[in-house]
Amino acid sequence: MNWFWYASPQTFFPLAATIARWSGIAAVVLALAGLYIGFFVAPTDAQQGEAYRIIFIHVPAAWMSMFLYVVMAFWAALGLAFNTRLSGMMARALAPTGALFTFIALWTGSLWGKPTWGTYWVWDARLTSELILLFLYLGFMGLQAAIDDPRRADRAGALLAIVGVINIPIIYYSVQWWNTLHQGASVSLKSSPTMAAPMLAGMLVMALAFWMYSIAVAMVRVRCIIRERQ
Amino acid sequence: MTGAIQCIVRRDLLLAMRRKSDVATALLFFVIVASLFPLGVGAEPNLLRSIAPGVIWVAALLSSMLSLSRLFAADHADGTLEQILLGAAPLSLVVAAKAFAHWLVSGLPLVLIAPLLALQYDLPASLYGVLALSLLLGTPVLSLIGAIGAALTLGLRGGGVLLSLLVLPLYVPVLIMGAGSVEMAAAGMGGQGQLLLLAAFLVVAAAFAPWAIAAALRISSE
Repeated sequence: MNWFWYASPQTFFPLAATIARWSGIAAVVLALAGLYIGFFVAPTDAQQGEAYRIIFIHVPAAWMSMFLYVVMAFWAALGLAFNTRLSGMMARALAPTGALFTFIALWTGSLWGKPTWGTYWVWDARLTSELILLFLYLGFMGLQAAIDDPRRADRAGALLAIVGVINIPIIYYSVQWWNTLHQGASVSLKSSPTMAAPMLAGMLVMALAFWMYSIAVAMVRVRCIIRERQ
Repeated sequence: MTGAIQCIVRRDLLLAMRRKSDVATALLFFVIVASLFPLGVGAEPNLLRSIAPGVIWVAALLSSMLSLSRLFAADHADGTLEQILLGAAPLSLVVAAKAFAHWLVSGLPLVLIAPLLALQYDLPASLYGVLALSLLLGTPVLSLIGAIGAALTLGLRGGGVLLSLLVLPLYVPVLIMGAGSVEMAAAGMGGQGQLLLLAAFLVVAAAFAPWAIAAALRISSE
């Protein structure tokens, strides 16, 4: 099989429509199933009451936000290495979804934090590194938006994404160390070390739903970018 | 090869000497930003002592970023950059030399003047050394990482603001370790751990950033 067959935007264009359709359907089905499990099957948490149910959105969104940056950097690196046009378009198409999930993770996290920790925001290591991740996404999008020539925009964005993905572990660990230096871990996201099976199932199903959603919107966005450029 | 490096460093320093106001502006910015904080948060000595490392480091970050947009802009405008790109000297070495010259002009003065600001903030004299050492190790990293951003945003509209958006999140580890080393030393635990990490950042940045800067310059000047 020739892996580069679909590297051309022309041949990828119809495939993207098929992928977008099916992953879109899968996203809706999985999200309905996940929300059903989350709201009706999963038991009420002994310590946090009903407020914990936001994790069915929050945790999958946080996972996707980090995962999508790595995927974006992967496409970016591929684009720089093989000089394929489609890779840059994929990276560009993934960025808004990644930023969206990062924002959702921060937002739902603060909504969860208010009843549980009593505050919307703490300078917890994870929260802070998620915030910096959002800045990295916005920087990537800002750079691409500022460059008129699409080829240069793709390549410049690719380099930035690679520099960012190398920095993410460094940022994460330094933020973690910074926090533990200042204060003990007064709050931790690991509130329930033993999680009931329906809770875990609901979270995993929702994660799959978000995954499918990301694929679907990225494909739709790639089709728009291909149309725009050709 | 060393000839090219010497030539670039000497040229950039000479250019900076001929335009002294540019250098002075960034340095003055550093001093002014640091001097504004007591006016904003109040002159309570204990509070000032506790925020001093962070404030001085943030001011250093901003000041080193201010001068970044000029790093390649003038060379880009008058065509020198194209000659450098076409020239025989390895581009990554040339940009490393440029980043070094940028640090000599914008980072080293901060190291030298930081103890004065520490005095303003009533930091104990025993911490001056740690503060200066942390800046000495950290500011070259700022110049190296910043040069990647400067190369990527070369010739873009709104480049300066965009540059800060790209570069500031990447500065976070340096800020944390730099300010952290002084805070640890103030708490009597010694800041060696953070200083060693800063040195590690410097080694990694010096090894890899020149390639990234060179690649970014090639992308920007296609």
